Amino acid sequence: MHPVRRNRLITVLFALTGVAVTAGLVLNALSENINLFYTPEEVVAGAAPEGVRIRVGGLVADGSISRPDTEGVDVEFVVSDMDGSDFRVRYSGLLPALFREGQGVIATGRLDENRMFIAEEVLARHDETYVPAEIMDIHNNAKAAQAAARSAQYDD
Amino acid sequence: MIPEIGQFALWLALGLAVALGTLPLIGAWRRDLFWMQSAFSLATGMFVFTLISFICLLIAFVTDDFSVAYVANNSNTLLPVYYKVSAIWGAHEGSFLLWTLVMAGWTLAVALRSKHLPIVISSRVLGIMGLISVGFLLFMLMTSNPFDRTLPIVPQDGADLNPQLQDFGLIVHPPMLYAGYVGFSVAFAFAIAALLTGKLDAAWARWSRPWTNVAWAFLTVGIALGSWWAYYELGWGGWWFWDPVENASFMPWLTGTALIHSLAVSEKRGAFKSWTVLLAIATFSLSLLGAFIVRSGVLTSVHSFAVDPERGLFILAFLIIVVGGSLLLYAVRAPAISGHSGYSGPSREVMLLLNNLLLVAALAGVFIGTLYPLAYEWLTGGRLSVGPPFFNAVFVPLMVMLTMVLGLAPFSRWKQTSFAHLWQELRWVLLASVVLGLVLPLIFAGVLHWQAVLATTLGLWVLLPHLKDLWQRAGYRWQGLSRPPRAHWGMLIAHVGFAFAVIGVGITSHYSVEQDVRMAPGQPVQVGERIYTLQNVRERQGPNFIADRATIEVQKGNRSYMLYPEKRHYFVRDIVMTQAAIRPRLDRDIYLALGDPLGGGAWSVRVHDKPMVRWIWLGALLMALGGVWAIRDKRYQRRRLRDQGRLDGVQTPARAGGQAGMPVAGRGSEAGSS
Repeated sequence: MHPVRRNRLITVLFALTGVAVTAGLVLNALSENINLFYTPEEVVAGAAPEGVRIRVGGLVADGSISRPDTEGVDVEFVVSDMDGSDFRVRYSGLLPALFREGQGVIATGRLDENRMFIAEEVLARHDETYVPAEIMDIHNNAKAAQAAARSAQYDD
Repeated sequence: MIPEIGQFALWLALGLAVALGTLPLIGAWRRDLFWMQSAFSLATGMFVFTLISFICLLIAFVTDDFSVAYVANNSNTLLPVYYKVSAIWGAHEGSFLLWTLVMAGWTLAVALRSKHLPIVISSRVLGIMGLISVGFLLFMLMTSNPFDRTLPIVPQDGADLNPQLQDFGLIVHPPMLYAGYVGFSVAFAFAIAALLTGKLDAAWARWSRPWTNVAWAFLTVGIALGSWWAYYELGWGGWWFWDPVENASFMPWLTGTALIHSLAVSEKRGAFKSWTVLLAIATFSLSLLGAFIVRSGVLTSVHSFAVDPERGLFILAFLIIVVGGSLLLYAVRAPAISGHSGYSGPSREVMLLLNNLLLVAALAGVFIGTLYPLAYEWLTGGRLSVGPPFFNAVFVPLMVMLTMVLGLAPFSRWKQTSFAHLWQELRWVLLASVVLGLVLPLIFAGVLHWQAVLATTLGLWVLLPHLKDLWQRAGYRWQGLSRPPRAHWGMLIAHVGFAFAVIGVGITSHYSVEQDVRMAPGQPVQVGERIYTLQNVRERQGPNFIADRATIEVQKGNRSYMLYPEKRHYFVRDIVMTQAAIRPRLDRDIYLALGDPLGGGAWSVRVHDKPMVRWIWLGALLMALGGVWAIRDKRYQRRRLRDQGRLDGVQTPARAGGQAGMPVAGRGSEAGSS
């Protein structure tokens, strides 16, 4: 075979193998490592599966943070959409420094059989104006509701 | 007054950029010497006016001019002056001004250092960089003007810089990163200029290589600094999160790394030319994509800040113009520039081809993982995230393969290398790598994790062949170490850095102990081999914060020391931040972050015992050093002198290539280095 053609053939074969290997790796990894996102409403309505790794998000309900045991570092809190849907989250570990009541939060973990969300990871906002895209809607609705409540107060 | 000067200077810079983006290109097309030469003064002017604008913003920050909205939003009278300066790039508008300034700086550098190139090339390169600057300046003036006023109501004091950014990391990380991102515009401009000229030869690759190396070195340092900063600042103790913003900087790094290696083949062997051009286009496009991801907020990231969709749209449009335009040009012109050269078997060309394929495959994996959530949301409206396990599953196997090839690199030869030769040179090295790869983790940690053994073996498999090669080239004498050319030394340093990083990643990923524990005063807690005792938690007053400061004793055997993790409350923004306490050592970091009070004087504390985590950053720094070292090679200096000798032949640029294309292979001492 002509050397140029042979080189081309080598190159093409390498490239094809590379593409095949990557595609295989990617597809295999994607199928196992995607975490779907659910809102509090979907969690309450039962749309979120039990025992599967998912992401949830919402606002931390006021006054809901509690520490169930006195030995470890477990913490429980309620995640709400400030629109009637909420669920409990349990997490064992340090909460992010920016974690606070009334603030947006995203957690990755699994729902147990009692519809308690067992979180493996909890993310809070990064600065005070940033809201994760997933909970932007919830956040805006809550803000609007608060504003409405406030103006209702002044009207009285 | 000063902010107005700054804004005016920006408009002037835009005007000069427009001139720079048109006149020299037209001049090069019409072979008009005067128009082409205007590129140099226009590039200087553009830089000067961008610099003036930057200095105006600097003055506004240092003098606490809160009538400027950007200053009012990101500074405060209490802020120490070095943070006032770095607050310039603490948020969007200012960091884009820095970005634009860096762009103008690179353009000026090219103007100053390419007088020896044929003017048809240098004027085109500068013209294209001018066009890119037009995009950046327009973006800033239209969507993110840092000089907007708060008039008529000027706030008494500023809203303060985000506490997370009040750190040494902010001072150094963004400038480095931007220098890398934007620096790839030089490689891009050279590629486009070559397509326009229709001439892509070894000389072109040789001109492009130093710029690409420097940009790549900046990006490498920038990413390493970002990783290190996130490690100590976010309080999680992780050094890489596979987060969209991190991936945004990592993607151009992957193609940039491929580009460096592909340029070597283009220069030395005249092969892979059109592929090299494609990589140069891809690398700069991915830099812009990174800017889009970070600035548009389309993806959720722990590093994201408040964003504006309009800005995202502008960058997206710019990105489409750049990618679309350059790919179109590529499609039209690439067939004319491809070249042939013979190689076969396990030659160095094939090794570098493998390097490129693996890096691009890794890029594809990271790209898909990063953008899949976006595509999914766009297609189905649902939301999902792709977690670190995905990236690890794709990235790690590819890097394992890359590392296996890399061990062969120093003993591979251009054109053809026999397997027998490789086996002859490397069999003992291979054996040593496997044995030491088993023994070292055992001595170090006492337990074996097969992944850590694999990583150590692979790291040694890269390290040892390079050392052997160096020793051979030095003639087995210490005095001979100055013998290998600097370009070869550069490759060596960078590859050793890579080996360090591989070992660091392997060891730290599998031997780290990470635990969140409850600590009550005076009660010792054991984590890993060490015993931690909380002594007390006291209040401490900082310049613009109040901190809870814990004193924790760390004990191993009869040696002990104190660490002081803090939880700070910054009052201006009413934000709480953790300040981790780290005992950094080359072999092991002890990392403590303070959590929340649990009642009864007890606190939750995050304890990390991270062996060899510093090797990752050390490795990255060595890689960058290698990249810079290589361009100090004599051949770049020597050629510059020679190129200067034929500067008079301005109107006949074709000569440059014909001359420089050949002699490379003939040079014994240099032919072996890349």
